[in-house]
Amino acid sequence: MATLTGPLPAPSRPVASAARAARAARAGWWRWAVFTVAAVYFLVPLIAALEFSVRGRNGHRTLGAYGKILSEPGFGSSLWTSVKLGLMAVGITLALLVPTMTLVHLRFPRLRRVIELITVLPLVIPPVVLAVGVLGAFRTAPQWLIGTPTILGFEYVILALPFAYRALDAGIGAVDLRTLVEASRSLGAGPVTELFRVVLPNLRTAVLSAAVLTLALVLGEFAMASLLLWETFPSWVVHVGASEADVSVAVSLVALVLTWLLLMVLVTLGGRRGGRAFVGAMTGGTHDE
Amino acid sequence: MSETVAGPADDVRTDGVPTDGVPTDAPQPDDSVPAGAVAAAGGDALAGTGPRGEVGARTAIGSRGEAVGIELRELRRAYGEVTALDGLSVTINPGELVALLGPSGCGKTTALRALAGFERPDSGQILVGGDDITAVPANRRDMGMVFQAYSLFPNLTALDNVAFGLRLRRVNARTRRRRAAELLELVGLGHAGRRYPHELSGGQQQRVALARALAIEPRVLLLDEPLSALDAQVRASLRDEIRALQTRLGITTLFVTHDQEEALSLADRVGVMRAGRLEQLAAPEVVYAWPATPFVAQFVGTVNRLPGRTVGGDLVEVLGQRLPAVQLGDAPAGAAATADVEVLVRPEAVVVTARTTAPAGASTGALGQVRQRTFRGAVTRLRVDLVGPTAPDAPVEVDGRPAARTIVADIATAQASGLAPGSEVLVTLAERPVLVSEPADR
Repeated sequence: MATLTGPLPAPSRPVASAARAARAARAGWWRWAVFTVAAVYFLVPLIAALEFSVRGRNGHRTLGAYGKILSEPGFGSSLWTSVKLGLMAVGITLALLVPTMTLVHLRFPRLRRVIELITVLPLVIPPVVLAVGVLGAFRTAPQWLIGTPTILGFEYVILALPFAYRALDAGIGAVDLRTLVEASRSLGAGPVTELFRVVLPNLRTAVLSAAVLTLALVLGEFAMASLLLWETFPSWVVHVGASEADVSVAVSLVALVLTWLLLMVLVTLGGRRGGRAFVGAMTGGTHDE
Repeated sequence: MSETVAGPADDVRTDGVPTDGVPTDAPQPDDSVPAGAVAAAGGDALAGTGPRGEVGARTAIGSRGEAVGIELRELRRAYGEVTALDGLSVTINPGELVALLGPSGCGKTTALRALAGFERPDSGQILVGGDDITAVPANRRDMGMVFQAYSLFPNLTALDNVAFGLRLRRVNARTRRRRAAELLELVGLGHAGRRYPHELSGGQQQRVALARALAIEPRVLLLDEPLSALDAQVRASLRDEIRALQTRLGITTLFVTHDQEEALSLADRVGVMRAGRLEQLAAPEVVYAWPATPFVAQFVGTVNRLPGRTVGGDLVEVLGQRLPAVQLGDAPAGAAATADVEVLVRPEAVVVTARTTAPAGASTGALGQVRQRTFRGAVTRLRVDLVGPTAPDAPVEVDGRPAARTIVADIATAQASGLAPGSEVLVTLAERPVLVSEPADR
């Protein structure tokens, strides 16, 4: 995350600064080259998609495709489904991971390896296997679970594990959690107070990163939803694309911009004092000022 | 301090802190508290020099009730193969500051963490004020603790950090803000309440941590090497301030350190630990002058081990001199008429004089040659190779390392001017009782 930047490097001494500048210039040249290639790689498809979405008949430019988005059947409901699933996955993931990881870090450090291994599994297991496996495992589950997209939320928790775990692990590694927790305990804090007043506020950035990654993953996940035959936003986009390609591309671009804006909002909130207040409000507040 | 023994102990206080480091009478500026800050805090906030009752009444901090005593009984704690505590028993009197001193891995930190409630001992009891609290969880032990690492909550301002414990105790917002501000002023940081930990220097952070620990009016104060991460000058001044505060508040305190200078200068009593057990628990002067075991003698301060021989009664012959002997620890004095012993001599009890100024017909002492001269401020440390005929043939050991016939001496810098490396000298011991121990007991 952009907010994770460390302290600035120490200012270089004037001695040998010329050689260093030359090296920096050379390094800068490579940096720009890599940046340009990457930019072209990412931007060309986007520009192409944009060009395609505004292409009208007889070479005219039109925004008609964008106008049709809202009237397209299923747009609102599929988007709402995806957002709901995303929030659900974020909630479950954080509720599951933050206390578990804190406990493992403080009490059972030897289990860290095991947990880390488990969280990698979703990356190596093909979605088909996961989807079928989940269906099998939940065969006897109540109808409200397997009969609705809710079951997808649980699958997304699993899919998001590797990303959320790594984001949180980096956050936990960056603070001396043990000392902070012990300090709070000697001041009289119980486990719940510890979690909400000490652990969460100090993992603020990591928690936000994990949430953002999970949300972004859910808003773009297609394989699972399509395999389980639920209409989420991505599967709806593909579905629409079969009949109206221009609308599908337009929706994709809008979704991209919306997701990006959402991420920017979260990152900004996680940044300075605003973020502190934001998490403070979510965690009951610890501020006297 | 034992009344019956006079001698080396008398030097301890007059020499100042008897160990390595900054001379105590040197000026010790502290970068972490600007002079203005102290003035703003009323000037007397930290000095601790004013009448205690007066200051205590003004701030109304601490002294919530009677100071409590602490008793650790036969604590044992093992981590697999490693035994951290091996039947440790310590008694701390109400209002006393006891320092546990020892090399790393001796169990001192485990002892403190057991008292804090972060480690559960395998067996043994912990009593505070007569109550067995062995099974009480850490958050209900009512102990203030200052950690080695910077332990302030990075998301809270200094003021909020100090108020944290009060908030958990549901003290209302106004009261806790006032009390937190008072405590910050007490540690000389009344102006820094709105700063975040990363905006404070290391010394300031530890001051805030101390204020935070004191804010909950704990029954016991635990200090886990709180000064070890600070630079020398800040360390020395904060050390003195901790002592002044502790004395003023009369709070029973356990201090853990591996720094002997810190322990000796800070504590009412020093407990020297080794391998999970207490080797000696006594006043700093006693630990220094009359160590109970060879380990204590070696760990606290520097000691020369010289071969000697007891001769009749309580005398020992060493370097051609006959001096009164005091047995180390509880060993019976003068058991055998004559026996080979090891004589333990502190560097400051060694007298080094230039050969030319020595009395012509000196029959005592050993001849030597200065090998190394280290300027340490008020004293100068000399390493002298013994070459003279009166030096026994057996190799002499320094600090337990065989350093063939070398002796370490601390002499007043004013007298060291003529003793450059290479100069011929006469080495004698001051006419005081010396410690002797069995030679083969290591």
